[in-house]
Amino acid sequence: MRVYLDHGATTPTDEKVVEAMLPYFTEIFGNPSSIHEFGREANKAIQKARETIAAKLNANPSEILFTSGGTESDNLAIKGTATAAKDAGRGNHIITSKIEHPAVLRSFEALEKEGFKATYLNVDREGFVDLEQLKESITNETILVSVMHANNEVGTIQDIDEIAKICKENNVIFHTDAVQSFTKVPLDVQKIPVDLVSMSSHKIHGPKGVGALYVRKGTPLKKLNDGGGHEFGMRAGTENVTGFIGFAKAVELTTENEITDIARMRDKFVNTVLEKIPDVKLNGPGISEGKRLCNNANLSFKRVEGESILMRLDALGIAVSTGSACSSKSLKASHVLTSMNIDPLLLHSSLRITLGRENTDEEIDYTIESLEKVISDLRSISPL
Amino acid sequence: MDEYNEKVMALFKNPHNMGEIKDADGIGKVGNPVCGDLMYAYIKVKNNIIEDIKMKTFGCVAAIVTSSKMADLVKGKTLEESLKITKQDIADELGGLPREKMHCSNLANDALRKAIEDYNEKKNTK
Ligand SMILES: Cc1ncc(COP(=O)(O)O)c(C=O)c1O
Ligand code: FES
Repeated sequence: MRVYLDHGATTPTDEKVVEAMLPYFTEIFGNPSSIHEFGREANKAIQKARETIAAKLNANPSEILFTSGGTESDNLAIKGTATAAKDAGRGNHIITSKIEHPAVLRSFEALEKEGFKATYLNVDREGFVDLEQLKESITNETILVSVMHANNEVGTIQDIDEIAKICKENNVIFHTDAVQSFTKVPLDVQKIPVDLVSMSSHKIHGPKGVGALYVRKGTPLKKLNDGGGHEFGMRAGTENVTGFIGFAKAVELTTENEITDIARMRDKFVNTVLEKIPDVKLNGPGISEGKRLCNNANLSFKRVEGESILMRLDALGIAVSTGSACSSKSLKASHVLTSMNIDPLLLHSSLRITLGRENTDEEIDYTIESLEKVISDLRSISPL
Repeated sequence: MDEYNEKVMALFKNPHNMGEIKDADGIGKVGNPVCGDLMYAYIKVKNNIIEDIKMKTFGCVAAIVTSSKMADLVKGKTLEESLKITKQDIADELGGLPREKMHCSNLANDALRKAIEDYNEKKNTK
């Protein structure tokens, strides 16, 4: 059996998405900027795709910019806001959290090198950002706060409603990286005063290399690349028409039911593992409190190292990921788990399991069985 | 990261020389679980020869296979011979390790050296 449980990394492209994309390679191949019929039909298609993404956020289509993915959306949101503020002679202080994706953290570090001052907010043991620290950190110089909606390693869903309100009260732009939560956790930009939202297609069964950035009307943002006037003049470059179409189709295909079903399988997985395997700890928020992404489980198995669990499971056809230092190129433990202050002994023993719509109960059962065997094997050779 | 080769993966799925020797003549403990690795070596010595060796390892694939392979290489050797085996010898036996994993193979040698020291100390105090 081959079981894919790494949907936090990427997802298989849905066949219906591929089908929807195909005509745009060969038949409707025009450049959306061309004014002839070939161009017009391609342009019509991407505007419809834009409407689909906008509808999911209850936004206006003119507030959706297509990008090359979550990474570009994060870069554009953060550097674009900071540069616009600098040009306007506004403040130079920016705030984010310690558990952001590298796309956000490295963007902040790049701005620090340019002279911006950055604050990295602490999180608690479950990965929730310290809101008091946020309030205290905001000064007259603060121009931007960027806090992710749901964390990619431990699934913590931040209270972005509250964060957005704090930012609005202080007249600070608020960006959220919603790459992991988009279509899984509702986000209504009419209700939540967020200014910028990053999204990515390949986490929701769409093609890779496509994403979007929601930009609330009136948000000052400086474009990163110069060229033609594509994407409202904000992102030059001939549009990735097939990608945009695929992303929109992927959004259309998401349902409430699948979220319930994925959460049900995840809960069964976590509960059974905690019951059958001794000395296992769940990292991040509890699974029944509604503050954890529906498809995420992150468990530490005492006395065994994460990379060796991952590779044993891989040998049995099961794909997962780990926050263990030993599996990363830098040999550094996960910055997310470290920031959450989890027991250093458990830091190297963590496994991330992220489910998707194509997983079945049989696959979950097989994974639990395999995990029991692998953990008991590895513990038998562990000196701990 | 570079990939683990097939030889390494085969041994990882079925490592030998793993476990504990209850009445070991020498025990070597190295590493630190807070850093992600810990290794114990247990040796039985007769007439200056390593008669038996068993390993217990908490660590990555590389740590587990190098402990298993090191034990293979030193079994039946004199104490002096066994100390001459380098981490490169172990890696070569395994058909190579990913570059960033070479440091893990230090552990196996260190554990053996400590076990031999422990054996010598015990012998001298007898
Ligand atoms: C939270 C988060 N932000 C950003 C990204 C980057 O998205 P992309 O792979 O589309 O560049 C990812 C994906 O790894 C992610 O999980
Ligand atoms: S034990 Fe950590 S990299 Fe080998």
